[in-house]
Amino acid sequence: MRYLAPLFAFLVLAVFLFAGLSLNPRQVPSPLIDKPAPEFELYNLHEPEKMLSSRDNLGKVWLLNVWASWCVACRDEHPLLVQLANSGMVPVYGLNYKDENATAKQWLRLYGDPYVVSVVDPDGTVGIDYGVYGVPETYVIDKKGIIRHKQIGPVTVDSLQNTIIPLIEKLQRQT
Amino acid sequence: MKLSCSMFVDFINGLISKYMPLKLCGIVILSLSILTISSVCWSQGNYKEAVPVAENPEIEKRMLALTEDLRCLVCQNETIAESRADFSNDMRRVIREQIQANKTDAEIIEFLVDRYGDFVLYNPPMKPTTVLLWFGPLIFFIISAWFLVKYLKGRRLQIQEVTLSEADQKKIAVLLAEKDAALSEIQVEKTDTSPNKNNSITGVNQSKSEAPSSENKGNNV
Repeated sequence: MRYLAPLFAFLVLAVFLFAGLSLNPRQVPSPLIDKPAPEFELYNLHEPEKMLSSRDNLGKVWLLNVWASWCVACRDEHPLLVQLANSGMVPVYGLNYKDENATAKQWLRLYGDPYVVSVVDPDGTVGIDYGVYGVPETYVIDKKGIIRHKQIGPVTVDSLQNTIIPLIEKLQRQT
Repeated sequence: MKLSCSMFVDFINGLISKYMPLKLCGIVILSLSILTISSVCWSQGNYKEAVPVAENPEIEKRMLALTEDLRCLVCQNETIAESRADFSNDMRRVIREQIQANKTDAEIIEFLVDRYGDFVLYNPPMKPTTVLLWFGPLIFFIISAWFLVKYLKGRRLQIQEVTLSEADQKKIAVLLAEKDAALSEIQVEKTDTSPNKNNSITGVNQSKSEAPSSENKGNNV
């Protein structure tokens, strides 16, 4: 027993350290989950004279994808968003975060435009309301305008199949 | 070690007092070079625009005091006050705006926590989810203190007071007496041979050969 004690202590430590390895310090739990999505009223990237309000989307489940042309990781997730939008399963809205309109439009021409509408947040004010601290970020918002999920970092096949799509299907069944 | 350290400090102090004008000179040269470098950058245009400092130093002071306890979520081991990330620039801007709008410190912190969660605070609040964080170290301390006390008590029990019997005491007395006798014999030999330098080596040899024999005697008793 005397000699097993250090071994036991080591095992406990090893379990804790191993668990620590699988944690991602970047995945900061958002306090906005299950809270009403912060309201915004911003102009469209393609039609600057038109405004979009977050209230316009009440009654449907929608995705809000925070993106920018300067964001490299956005390029990784972009084909998936285009695919998701083409499937017609859920409307994807874009929040063009701290970007320049001309480069943003060019970027969409180059990589495809999955967004029903992309609104412009030039100084990141709405981004701060949504607790954005790294781009890309994607929010799943339900029919009552409540944030149900926040994807920090690029959307992946895995996160779409296992988390986002099942959640969307569940939320769409709710009235 | 202590001596050498203080000597070193004295040495440095001496240098500084001796070459103080030189040091000033160095500072002047350094600041001049920084000025020229920055002006070169300016003329080339590949500079990053400096973050505008609020005109009001009081706002700046309050903002700094607040941001020193806030975490930059991008560079997570830095406070917002010391971070140069875009995120921290934004946060400083937001906090300045809120101070200008006459918000209290508590309101500003609430604003940030509402958006970024408790993780933005370097000073976590006491909540059911943070109880372990607050009291974990104390619990660890108590557990380890308990183990330490237990261990020390156990060690004291292991050391038993042994009372020697009379026979043992006699045995010791005999052994000690033999040892003393052997030692005095060696000393006598040494004093005998000391005038003769050549024999001193043999004297040592003899004392060495003597020692084991006395041990043997001791064992035989």
